[in-house]
Amino acid sequence: MSAPAIGGAVAGLVRRDLRLAAQHPFQWLMPLGFFILAAMILPLGVGTDQNLLQSFAPGALWLCALLAALLAQEGMFRTDYEDGTLDLLLISPCPLPLLIASRVFVQWLVTGLPAVVIAPLLAHSYGLSWTSGWILAITLLLGTPLISLLGAVGASLVVGLNRGGMLITLLVLPLCVPVLIFATAAVRATAGGLPVSGHLLLLAAMLVLAATLAPLACAAGLRASGG
Amino acid sequence: MRMPDWFTNLGAPGTFYKFAGRLIPWLAGLAALSFVIGAYGGLVLAPPDYQQGDGYRIIFIHVPAAWMSMFIYVLMAFWGALVLIWRAKIAAALMVSAATLGASFTAITLATGSLWGKPMWGTWWAWDARLTSELVLLFLYIGFIAMQQALPARPQSRRAGAVLLLVGVVNIPIIHYSVQWWNTLHQPATITKFGAPSIAFEMLWPLLVMAISFMAFFAAACLWRTRAELLLNEVHSRWTYQLTNG
Repeated sequence: MSAPAIGGAVAGLVRRDLRLAAQHPFQWLMPLGFFILAAMILPLGVGTDQNLLQSFAPGALWLCALLAALLAQEGMFRTDYEDGTLDLLLISPCPLPLLIASRVFVQWLVTGLPAVVIAPLLAHSYGLSWTSGWILAITLLLGTPLISLLGAVGASLVVGLNRGGMLITLLVLPLCVPVLIFATAAVRATAGGLPVSGHLLLLAAMLVLAATLAPLACAAGLRASGG
Repeated sequence: MRMPDWFTNLGAPGTFYKFAGRLIPWLAGLAALSFVIGAYGGLVLAPPDYQQGDGYRIIFIHVPAAWMSMFIYVLMAFWGALVLIWRAKIAAALMVSAATLGASFTAITLATGSLWGKPMWGTWWAWDARLTSELVLLFLYIGFIAMQQALPARPQSRRAGAVLLLVGVVNIPIIHYSVQWWNTLHQPATITKFGAPSIAFEMLWPLLVMAISFMAFFAAACLWRTRAELLLNEVHSRWTYQLTNG
């Protein structure tokens, strides 16, 4: 397949996925709703002590975002598997990892990006400074695509299962440990007035690594379990 | 380079089944013998530690189990690569059989570590970097086992499992170093496991003998489970028919 043809195929897939997302707003509103609700319900459980809230805000907000992003992954290949689109993707002459990468990108655009946008507001409600809120948004900007990529690998492995959501979370959560560590460390460092660029660069490095390898693993997973 | 015939023949489930059956008694015998020697050397012959007294003796179980827990995951990923590249049936059966054993060794490591931690550190559990990465390893094992249980028992599921193992093995160093980094950020290094620069020979040789014992036990148990797995997978083939009908 020539390069322009591949570009056309990828662009077509992106357009199709975006149109589908626009027609089913719940698909992307649900993870956002989960993120906000989980973050808002937490202070009800632990009390409103400002110091306490501030100290665990980075971890709590990140955990909520992490779970919201992972729960959204369940539907990643589900409808494609059911209506046969997945078979067409698998037999397409276009490189499968490339198609998957574009699919993950759209998935992140509709489920991950809204969380990034709303994060500074949530951070403010936990009593974090606006600077910390922005850093939180930046860590989410680097971290949520990473989680989408890892989650896509998990989703590709259990694509034939009916209720795979819990299993995907079980498979992928241990792999998300480094993301959680570096992202929350960055926010905490801002609050303590320390430099954050190291954490952000490490997150970016992990994102580059995942963006390179995860589509390949995802393609192998789909060929193994869906083919 | 051409492999010798006896080696390539092992790729046939029937041949492997018989080969494993002959190997298991020897491995089990080696495991039992070295366990007795290692336990005697560790519990009786080795002197008490100058700082920890007799409490340190749990390392003769703890350290070999920890080695096995990490070794088995890498071994499973290696078999997973064979499954993906050559669709090797034997490797798939070995990979699935090893998972529960690996998870057990990880659980033993965590349990003995926490038993040791109570008198030595004064707590059952500390968020130490090593403990945490071992715990994450346990979750990686559990994820693999849960996935293989949830998926139907067929070659496709094994290949999906192999992909998960390879993704896991790429991630393990990243997880390990990130956890180490996280731990040093949060608390000063209060815990040095074995402060002495080197371990005395009287303590070292029982440890190594125990490691041999654990390895032989793993090999025997894994082959045993692999035999059962092969029988299940090959119910309808000729060699299982011949096996059950004389």
